[in-house]
Amino acid sequence: MEHYLSLFLKATFIENMALAFFLGMCSFLAVSKKVETAIGLGAAVIFVLGVTTPVNAALMHWVLKPDALIVGLDLSFLAFLTYIGTIAAMTQIVEMALDKYAPALYGALGVFLPLIAVNCAILGASLFMAERDYTIGESVVFGFGSGLGWALAIVALAALREKLRYNQVPVALRGLGLSFMIAGLMAMAFMVFSGIQL
Amino acid sequence: MQALRRKLDELEHKLFAKGKPLEKLYPVFEMHDTILFTPGGVTKGSTHVRDGLDLKRMMITVVVAMVPSVLVAMANVGLQSHLAIQGGAKPLDNMQEAVYAALGMGYDPANWLANFVHGACYFVPLLAVCFAAGGAVEVINAIVRKHEVNEGFLVTGFLIPLVVSPTLPLWQMALATIFGVLIGKEIFGGTGFNILNPALVARAFLFFAYPAEISGDKPWIAADFSKVDGFSGATWLARASSDGMSEAGLGSLNLMDAFLGFEAGSMGETSAAAALIGAIVLIVTQIGSWRTMLGVCLGTIAMASLLNTVGSTTNPFFAVPFHYHMLLGGWAFGTVFMATEPVTSPFTDIGRLIYGFFIGVLVVLVRVINPAYPEGMMLAILFMNMFAPFIDYWFVQGNIKRRLARHAV
Repeated sequence: MEHYLSLFLKATFIENMALAFFLGMCSFLAVSKKVETAIGLGAAVIFVLGVTTPVNAALMHWVLKPDALIVGLDLSFLAFLTYIGTIAAMTQIVEMALDKYAPALYGALGVFLPLIAVNCAILGASLFMAERDYTIGESVVFGFGSGLGWALAIVALAALREKLRYNQVPVALRGLGLSFMIAGLMAMAFMVFSGIQL
Repeated sequence: MQALRRKLDELEHKLFAKGKPLEKLYPVFEMHDTILFTPGGVTKGSTHVRDGLDLKRMMITVVVAMVPSVLVAMANVGLQSHLAIQGGAKPLDNMQEAVYAALGMGYDPANWLANFVHGACYFVPLLAVCFAAGGAVEVINAIVRKHEVNEGFLVTGFLIPLVVSPTLPLWQMALATIFGVLIGKEIFGGTGFNILNPALVARAFLFFAYPAEISGDKPWIAADFSKVDGFSGATWLARASSDGMSEAGLGSLNLMDAFLGFEAGSMGETSAAAALIGAIVLIVTQIGSWRTMLGVCLGTIAMASLLNTVGSTTNPFFAVPFHYHMLLGGWAFGTVFMATEPVTSPFTDIGRLIYGFFIGVLVVLVRVINPAYPEGMMLAILFMNMFAPFIDYWFVQGNIKRRLARHAV
């Protein structure tokens, strides 16, 4: 239990996908103009990460690993293809669900919803999972943890940017330029957790 | 007075008004003008605010609240240096020591005037460099962006020297100040628009860029004690995090010294007593939020008590009670002067409590379980600064929903 808790905290804060590894930057910077949309995308990412990481872990353990399916068969060269396939399928499910039940959010997220499929944070989590050889249980915790960390980061950035709308920002920095600066400063503040050994 | 006013008006007409040769330097003129005279504009019509609290008065009040910290800082820097020299250390070989040696006041730790003057020899140059560098950035910005020079830097300029080590090289001070003012504030639009505390941004910059000058056991005491056996210049928190509560740890700490601030550390942060006086000034004048301060206290107590109860066999720091956390390191100074910064903390009342609470929780957490940093106040406040707008958003939205529900037919 304690092991899972520390893994969760590690994935959420210490190894934050957005601000420690700088993964998923495109949607992190592009969909952080409004808090509401950011919460929506954050929730979608939590879901997709939480589902795809354990599914990919299962596929890796029981199909792709050497000798997993048939003795002597090594399918690990298919790893990338399989991971991406799982992620694309899950994204499709989220997209259809949102289209049906939350059309406003679906419209607001726009092209970035299907782009979750190629969000590096999500493929990144699957690859970290494979590299660190997490079990199924660990990968559930790791997936949800890193999803939550990414969602927290994007929601904080969105709230900051909403507040910044009333600022007299120098013209040259308006928009994306300032967002990069903020992301850098946020990463500096996130250093508070770096070095914690769990 | 009238003559001076006329002279200034004449100057403005001749040199600084639109189309005159020094038009571009108008912000500089305006800055000095408003230091000497309050602006002449008065409100017309029927609406009047109850109190003429403007930015200048607010900032001056904070500076006044900081005065005890500044005084203790100077006395303590000299005291620590003299104690080390009494123990066998040598005075440092630098400009500040040359000035002090020229004054010929000796190195006796019992002589408070000497302590104070020796400390001033370290503090004043840092303060001057900080104001020169930060002021230059402010003025250039005001000229380029054609607005008036704001008073915001007044407080930042006092805060930055107070949160660094006395032996910090002056060029690093200048670099950090420029970074803090430019990246921490000006790119967001200047005073009142920053998202992180500029003074803490400057300190974090120093901490990550030049760790040798602002962490470890060397920089806190202005004396060369490298050849003295058994003498440590480390702060109490650093000692506690490396040795735990063993005999070298907190066991030998005199709580009264820690409260008054006669220990090694960043210049202004050591004295909880001075910060307490500052807190009273800020709360009475309603400039600092008591909710934030209360939140930090509650968070610290809650987290420290929780860790006390959990306990740990490998990390004796778990057992440190909360009042040690409050007296040591930058807790008091950070709580009073950094966390309460009105721009970067939430605007909602409950939001401030919660913001403070999490700062308290994080500080204890970082001090106890993060071996990378013995002190956590700076990064805890920066981290919560980042979430302050979201806390506001959360409570404002909640309020809107509740009121909508109340008025729904």
